[in-house]
Amino acid sequence: MSAAPQLDPFLPDIYSVRDVRRELPDTVTLEVAPKAGARPDFEPGQFNMLYAFGIGEIAISLSGSAGSGETFIHTVREVGAVSAAISKLEVGAELGLRGPYGAGWPVNEAEGSDVVFVAGGLGLAPLRPAILHVLANRNRYGRVVLLFGSRNPTELLYRDELADWRQRLDVDIDVTVDHADAEWRGNVGVVPALIPRAAFDPTDTIAFVCGPEVMMRFSVAALRDAGVPLDHVYVSMERNMKCAIGLCGHCQFGPTFVCKDGPVMRFDAIADIFSIREI
Amino acid sequence: MTETAKSVISLDGLQALIDALAAKNYQVLGPTVHDGAIIYDAITKTADLPAGWTDRQDGGRYRLERRDDDALFGFVVGPHSWKQFLHPAKETLWKASRGPDGIVVTAEEPSPQKLAFLGVRSCELAAIAVQDKVFCEGPYLDVPYAERRKDAFIVAVNCGEAGGTCFCVSMQTGPKAEAGFDVALTELHHNGAHEFLVEVGSESGAALMQDVPHRPASNEQVSAAEAAVANATNQMGRTLDTNGLKELLQGNSNHPQWDAVAERCLSCGNCTMVCPTCFCTTVDDHSDLSGDNAERVRKWDSCFTLDFSYIHGGSVRTATRSRYRQWMTHKLASWYDQFGTSGCVGCGRCITWCPVGIDITEEAAAIRAAPMSDKEKPNERP
Ligand SMILES: Cc1cc2nc3c(=O)[nH]c(=O)nc-3n(C[C@H](O)[C@H](O)[C@H](O)COP(=O)(O)OP(=O)(O)OC[C@H]3O[C@@H](n4cnc5c(N)ncnc54)[C@H](O)[C@@H]3O)c2cc1C
Ligand code: SF4
Ligand code: SF4
Ligand code: FES
Repeated sequence: MSAAPQLDPFLPDIYSVRDVRRELPDTVTLEVAPKAGARPDFEPGQFNMLYAFGIGEIAISLSGSAGSGETFIHTVREVGAVSAAISKLEVGAELGLRGPYGAGWPVNEAEGSDVVFVAGGLGLAPLRPAILHVLANRNRYGRVVLLFGSRNPTELLYRDELADWRQRLDVDIDVTVDHADAEWRGNVGVVPALIPRAAFDPTDTIAFVCGPEVMMRFSVAALRDAGVPLDHVYVSMERNMKCAIGLCGHCQFGPTFVCKDGPVMRFDAIADIFSIREI
Repeated sequence: MTETAKSVISLDGLQALIDALAAKNYQVLGPTVHDGAIIYDAITKTADLPAGWTDRQDGGRYRLERRDDDALFGFVVGPHSWKQFLHPAKETLWKASRGPDGIVVTAEEPSPQKLAFLGVRSCELAAIAVQDKVFCEGPYLDVPYAERRKDAFIVAVNCGEAGGTCFCVSMQTGPKAEAGFDVALTELHHNGAHEFLVEVGSESGAALMQDVPHRPASNEQVSAAEAAVANATNQMGRTLDTNGLKELLQGNSNHPQWDAVAERCLSCGNCTMVCPTCFCTTVDDHSDLSGDNAERVRKWDSCFTLDFSYIHGGSVRTATRSRYRQWMTHKLASWYDQFGTSGCVGCGRCITWCPVGIDITEEAAAIRAAPMSDKEKPNERP
């Protein structure tokens, strides 16, 4: 046998579920803690690879408070085999976890500027650590705006927390739904439509955008039309991921690897490839 | 390095070289004839090598023919590459079990078997160097690859003839092995003698040669070896103009040639399987009937499949046009952004083994012949 092999980046660590909270009929938030040792630190916008025993491994963003801590928080929407298995885990159940991976939201570089968060649907989950960071360090930022769009009022993610944030006077929150129901009193329409009327200084704003690709495309266009330079706009890209460590090739997006060059990318750097269909 | 001068070994010397590798506990792998093609397999004797065979290659065509001499390396590259040993088509990454104490994950032990590759062509050395960059120089080390790679012994063979789909000269990867080998051979048929000129490329190569009877090369033998390589240089089956190619391809993502090639491409992925640099993989997770033992298996994957780019809701690259564009632009352009090198080494395998004979050099030339002006390529989306 040769010398002890180097730390194998494919090996998951074992975590156990501390808490489960059902957010929506198809979405749960899990709090997981390492079975042994401490969890690594992470930055807002990074993600982990979660492994459901015998079923598979998927990329899931960190959605709790960044930095150090005892547990990781993940919000998972059930869309297929692996996400369904993870969503069904109960308190005490174990799962594999590798991470954190990827480039996050530049919350430190944004200090001193206005910050605009634009989220669509589950896109609020990867933004949540950045929002929590900005709110926890509120005096370091200018105006703070959160624009959130959801398909319909019953699918509003983090509803209670949104209500709490709305109580704060130091953050502007605007929420819209694609399809209203009888009780809905708020905006109806797509989230980019909220941008023109939001109060921020376009010449000194950092915008963080996360959601489905079409939603990001129209949001970036609206931010640009509002006068925000594209090098102040960040998006979180999504591509198929098998390894998360730059070795499987799946997440290629033009010349970039979303897993290691992203998922958060400064828009001006990818504007050309972002406009190419099926790249 | 203790031995830098060129030397010469006989056919028996080549057998002694194979024996010396075996004595140092290497499994020796080299070219053999099987089912009408030259493939890489375990060898123990010079008689296992494809004596007197050559290959005729063209777009979508491969045929073995007898030579009028008994050359052991008188052919170029076939459907196999050394990738299948360093980066196997299928391998278990780890196993996991679930018991009263929860989940336990166990790394797969690396195989203790050291590998020696005999007959590695210059383009293949370049391909191994490309995969070294991918697997060993990124932020994360591919441990299974690195374990196999660090122990591999490489006996290169310089090409004396080029194949019909070769373009290593264009890619500056051959036909002479310049670096990345332990020992390099040039097959000589000189003055009626069948011999091999030997160049040593590493300490382990020099150590091996201590166990192989050899004598200093004469000036004539050195010139004969140079002439053989020059012959291959002049025979390149294909050429590819790489001047500004990266910018050309990245600036022509909307070129009609992508539609033209998509009409012929079957999206079969053969090109990615035979390519010695293509590294993409997927993983397969499964458990046994008890449900308590699971494993994660990594397998070669191809960017030509729909699943490759699947994200919930649909694949990113649904059209064959987008998939071929991804493959070719990756090889010839974005590889530079990612790894500082071309992803194509000019081995010609993708041309030969494409069932419909699609030729990467012709596709690139077609775009170069009629690049689109900026006016003609509006942004594809608002
Ligand atoms: C950086 C990143 C962060 C993400 N964060 C979250 C999050 O916080 N919460 C959440 O619910 N989802 C998140 N996703 C999406 C999540 O990874 C997919 O929903 C999940 O992979 C679906 O797997 P499945 O087996 O359940 O579904 P299936 O649809 O059966 O998928 C089959 C396989 O395709 C691949 N795949 C499918 N969809 C995606 C996708 N969208 N992205 C990457 N690979 C995919 C996976 O390998 C998956 O196993 C994130 C994706 C990325 C790339
Ligand atoms: S792209 Fe084709 S010619 Fe280039 S290295 Fe791969 S198989 Fe060989
Ligand atoms: S280029 Fe040829 S080998 Fe490659 S996917 Fe298309 S048909 Fe198959
Ligand atoms: S997910 Fe494997 S390379 Fe990015």
